[in-house]
Amino acid sequence: MTHELSSLVLAQGGSWITFDVKSFLDQFWDNTIDGLAYGSIYALVALGYTLVYGVLKLINFAHSEVFIYGAYATWFTFYGLGFRPGSTPDLPVFELIGFLLLALIVSMAVSGGTAVVLERVAYRPLRKRGAPKLVFLITAIGASFVLQQLIFIWRGGNAEQGIRLMRNEEVFTIFGGSVTNVTIITVVASVVLMLGANYFVNKTKFGRGIRAVAQDPDTATLMGVNKERVITTTFLIGGLLAGAAALFYMMKIPQGAWYQGGFLLGIKAFTAAVLGGIGNLRGALLGGLLLGVAENYGQSLFGGGWRDVVAFALLVLVLMIRPTGILGESLGKARV
Amino acid sequence: MTTTLPAPAPAKSRRPVREWWNNLSRLQQCAILIPLVVLIYLLPILNPPILTTQPGYNFPIAMFEVARYALVAIGLNIVVGQAGLLDLGYVGFFAIGAYVMALFTSPDSSLSKLPFLVVLPIAMVITMIFGVILGTPTLRLRGDYLAIVTLGFGEIVRLLADNIEPLRGNSGFSGVGHPPGAKADGTPLFNNSDGIPWYWLCVTIIIIILFVVGNLERSRVGRAWVAIRDDEDAAEIMGVPTFKFKIWAFVSGAAVGGLSGALYAGQLGFVNNQKFDVVTSMLFLAAVILGGAGNKVGVLLGAVVVAYVPLRFQAIAEYKYLIFGLALIVLMIFRPQGLLGARQRLLTYGRLAYQRLLGKGEQVSSDGSLATDNPGDKA
Repeated sequence: MTHELSSLVLAQGGSWITFDVKSFLDQFWDNTIDGLAYGSIYALVALGYTLVYGVLKLINFAHSEVFIYGAYATWFTFYGLGFRPGSTPDLPVFELIGFLLLALIVSMAVSGGTAVVLERVAYRPLRKRGAPKLVFLITAIGASFVLQQLIFIWRGGNAEQGIRLMRNEEVFTIFGGSVTNVTIITVVASVVLMLGANYFVNKTKFGRGIRAVAQDPDTATLMGVNKERVITTTFLIGGLLAGAAALFYMMKIPQGAWYQGGFLLGIKAFTAAVLGGIGNLRGALLGGLLLGVAENYGQSLFGGGWRDVVAFALLVLVLMIRPTGILGESLGKARV
Repeated sequence: MTTTLPAPAPAKSRRPVREWWNNLSRLQQCAILIPLVVLIYLLPILNPPILTTQPGYNFPIAMFEVARYALVAIGLNIVVGQAGLLDLGYVGFFAIGAYVMALFTSPDSSLSKLPFLVVLPIAMVITMIFGVILGTPTLRLRGDYLAIVTLGFGEIVRLLADNIEPLRGNSGFSGVGHPPGAKADGTPLFNNSDGIPWYWLCVTIIIIILFVVGNLERSRVGRAWVAIRDDEDAAEIMGVPTFKFKIWAFVSGAAVGGLSGALYAGQLGFVNNQKFDVVTSMLFLAAVILGGAGNKVGVLLGAVVVAYVPLRFQAIAEYKYLIFGLALIVLMIFRPQGLLGARQRLLTYGRLAYQRLLGKGEQVSSDGSLATDNPGDKA
């Protein structure tokens, strides 16, 4: 038996994982650029995890569903505007920008609203009772189930057919890697939104409240910070950013609206947050970009099926080797 | 922080039952237990009119499903309920057990074929080895991080089954082995369509495992688990080698998970990558949490609810995840210790007495079996 087992391992060991170095080198720049686009989406969602973790020390498991609600909102906005799956319209630039902004607003509103409702219904009663941390986590799992199943019951188990508002066209190339219009929009808009979030947290009065609660909730309350309002704001910002991420995701992967679609993206965004240092806004950006790129490299090196394995393996490795991430936990200690 | 809320009301109605039970003599306990066990064994033959899942679902097979969930719940309860380690990737062990059984018994596999009863312990040993492999690095993490990293491992196991060619991905293994024995007409006793022998086998295994786990709980190991669950730092300071006992819990839980996976593979006769996703893991966890983590009777009840209700009420089967999600939220708000709560409360009783002495109210969460964190250290 042992002989057969070892011969099996030897005979087929080579074909379990194939190292396609050629495709890795050929597509290196394409993968890097595409990875940055994915990474900025992860980073936007990761900010939601990071902000909530920074303030509540809670891994908001249901954040992935907050994201997918945004994806559905985007899809219905496109649909409501009269676009149908299959055909890509040739829109004038101004009209296109208008539609995208409209979808962005709707998606952000839906995701932000979902996040706030989630906080009110699921987490606030627990806080009032002073429940231990693991009770919060189990509630978050329950909430994630509920939000997911509501979509399932409403829309069924199949993904919505993708609707494209614009073609994914090459604009220019860097080192032979093509940069498409969708990539540019995604990366630029994500960076702008993240700078905005960073400004909000580090420069405004509300942001100071968030940092104060993150550092020491009791003392912050004594200093006149309304803790409940801060927590609601935190969930709201996380939800708004997840909504924006949902729009870019739907532009990149039009068939992305699927009731279980949030899980994988959520776990990847969480990985990004952990990678950079959960509770750290800049860490989320760094972690998201690193994860997006690493995942694409893994895909071209090992093959398509290994893409998610790379993400999960990275999650496990980071948690085991450096649980505080590359930049460390520091929402409370963020520099002003 | 103290709360003005009164102690959970059902505690009053719960304690008399337990006291009554503990006050009975061994003989009296047996006099009640034995008919109950006989009744449990006879259930699929009796096929009681109200309990039956027919015509929607074959009743003996439904009973096997329930028993399988009960076995999983007992295994996961060691990890989550006894030692307080939130494991979201338990389905990984279940999958490993099922795949070991398939690899060694299915004609689709290129490994040599072994009989079911030989593979069963092999499956358990291999899952235990995986328990050590996964536990050693991860059990240094705590709470949320442990939950996430176990989730990651569970997903990696599933993705490996998708991607490693000898594990045959979606096409899977058919003709997985079954225990020996044949009926008078020569057809195998344990086949895919007749749930009764499988149910009996599973119930027997559950009773054995309950004995083993019960003895473990009353031993030094069990006391160490409860100490770790209630306050890991205090346990460590008092000289409990927490890491060692956490590995023990992980490995024991893994063994039971592997066993149930192997049984599942045998009954179904088919294994592929479809049944081992995170949602299944959450359903296992829901069984443990619903019934009351840390309480063996509780998790059995939880498993029965989780497995039986969707099969009995086919109309709600489509909504089962929604219902379990809602149940988790509502339960965590109103009764974080689950339906039956934890049975073993060494430290919790101490904490209660301490609070009475200081004249403080009872912590709502203090008898929650998952109250691993310092009650003052809340979000």
